[in-house]
Amino acid sequence: MAIAQPIILLPAWRRRTLLIVVLMCFVVLLGRAVYLQGLHTDFLQQKGDARYSRTLKLSAHRGMMADRNGEALAISTPVESVWASPPDVTINPDQLKKLAQLLHVKPSEVGKKLENSEREFVYLKRRMPPEEAARVMQLGIPGIFLQREYRRFYPAGDVAAHLIGFTGIEDNGQEGVELVYNDWLSGKQGSRRVIKDRQGHIIEDQEAVKVPQDGHDLVLSIDRKIQYLAHRELARAVEQHKARAGAIVVLDAKTGEVLAISNQPSYNPNNPVNITGRSRNRAIVDTFEPGSTLKPFTAAAVLEAGTFRPDTMIDTGNGSLTIGKATIHDPHPANALDVAHVIQKSSNIGAAKMALSLKPQVLWGMFNQMGFGAPVPVGFPGEATGRLRPWQHWQPIEQATMAYGHGISVSLLQLVRAYGVFANDGEIKPVSLLKIKEAPIGQHVISVQTAREVRAMLELVVQPGGTAPKAQVMGYRVAGKTGTAHKLINGEYAEDRYVSSFVGMAPASSPRLIIAVMIDEPSDGQYYGGAVAAPVFSAVMGDALRMLAVPQDAPTNNVVIPPDDAPEVKEVV
Amino acid sequence: MIKLNLILFALAIVSALGTVTSQHKARKLYIELQQQQELVRQYDVEWGQLQLEQSTWAMHARIEQIATGHLQMQVPDTARIQAVAPGGAH
Repeated sequence: MAIAQPIILLPAWRRRTLLIVVLMCFVVLLGRAVYLQGLHTDFLQQKGDARYSRTLKLSAHRGMMADRNGEALAISTPVESVWASPPDVTINPDQLKKLAQLLHVKPSEVGKKLENSEREFVYLKRRMPPEEAARVMQLGIPGIFLQREYRRFYPAGDVAAHLIGFTGIEDNGQEGVELVYNDWLSGKQGSRRVIKDRQGHIIEDQEAVKVPQDGHDLVLSIDRKIQYLAHRELARAVEQHKARAGAIVVLDAKTGEVLAISNQPSYNPNNPVNITGRSRNRAIVDTFEPGSTLKPFTAAAVLEAGTFRPDTMIDTGNGSLTIGKATIHDPHPANALDVAHVIQKSSNIGAAKMALSLKPQVLWGMFNQMGFGAPVPVGFPGEATGRLRPWQHWQPIEQATMAYGHGISVSLLQLVRAYGVFANDGEIKPVSLLKIKEAPIGQHVISVQTAREVRAMLELVVQPGGTAPKAQVMGYRVAGKTGTAHKLINGEYAEDRYVSSFVGMAPASSPRLIIAVMIDEPSDGQYYGGAVAAPVFSAVMGDALRMLAVPQDAPTNNVVIPPDDAPEVKEVV
Repeated sequence: MIKLNLILFALAIVSALGTVTSQHKARKLYIELQQQQELVRQYDVEWGQLQLEQSTWAMHARIEQIATGHLQMQVPDTARIQAVAPGGAH
């Protein structure tokens, strides 16, 4: 059955050759493995990760900003940014068209972004409303993802724009309080490293999730109602008098909190475009020559030094006074005035004579203690210092003109804080843009008696015969001072350009609010502080006091408007 | 000796089962915590949006416009406003 087969002996070299070939193959494989695993591993690992693992940014919520009553001033709500990982995207032209339509961009633009297959992250559209973004995701295109971001909204709009400022696209503060308190408001971004499948689903976390830390909330000192009131009245006055700009500050005299701060022109912080020249918070960062609003400080200095009493008569002569080579004028010569009436009628010669009775360092000391020449530390970018030259270099004429606010420059915030000295019986209080729990203790810079005497003089200013009867408020006693100054242009006083201002407080028996108004270049005929700025003061003061339910300290028939044919008391400029 | 070993064995089993159960419970609770935290976030977002909506509707300029224009309201003359001091004293 079995057929014996002859045994054929193959040559031994064939077996060995085969063995060597197989072993060689193994060596090659081993070498390749060593090369890939050992020498080239970093590069390959990186490429591999890039295929499936993604680091997701988790945005932190930026803190809310509220006014003193908790009404929102700046609030962040989530929006979705649509991004794509081009290598993972598979899309047909029909889907591309739909996608572009939902994103409100041209299909060619989207197509170009998706063709760029070297990048693994491109934004297709940033900051979309969440509902629209959800519709994009419903298309179900692989490789397209959403990233949650926050957008800042400012419900008060242009009303409080200068104070609050705004944030940029990366959610960093660009201006105002948003900039100063950026670290406090912004939280810490978190991150999460995940593995995703081809369809873009998250499969697992690769490492511990870094939880984002939300920012803190911030409560400002301003009152949105008073802020709106101030904004409205200022805007009306700036428009009516065809002015270039304007600013107003409302200060709580008892606590030093800023209740409102508004500037014109304004802008919309929800969409800050073309804001050059509109975004300056003039009340804080700009200075101007205050003019006669500085006279009460001169009066306070002489009363403190004892060189004058409120009823000391000053000879104002025939309306001109020559000091050295220069001559200063009063347009309505009154022969002799007492200190109180120098303030009421705003006499330059009277103020100059008072100032010249003092040594330069005494007057300088008064201005310095009132905070002129030093920034008001409220925590705002670019707080103005103003200009108060050292007394060693004063000439007599400079001392005389400084007495009525020329040759010195201040910011509106400095001015309003300094008037707090008269409101608080000689105490200068720190100013705050944030809500504070209790009133800070200030420093006493003049005596209680002097402060009250000057306040009584300031009450005369708004009476008939003073420069600002239009600043009166029904039901409340008002004390204040007008200012009208020629503008300094290239070092020279411009003939026909003025800065009109009014600073005042009410109720005068125990001041609760101090308001400073500044109108820059009113150019519709009227330019006196008493005609341009005082009505704004009166309107804001009256409504604000009623809003705060401050008890009246005068009968409601207290407003005495001088008859039309009465001579207008013109302020000296 | 065997008896002791058996007791220890039983204890080990019980504690092992206990570990499994408590871990399971912990996981379930953790998931619930995550869900609740997600809810908190959602409510936060909604609160923010409602705040925004409220303050947009309640913009003073808008209220003023409606009050004076649509409803024909006006601020009363100051002479007709009587301030009442707290405590009823005049």
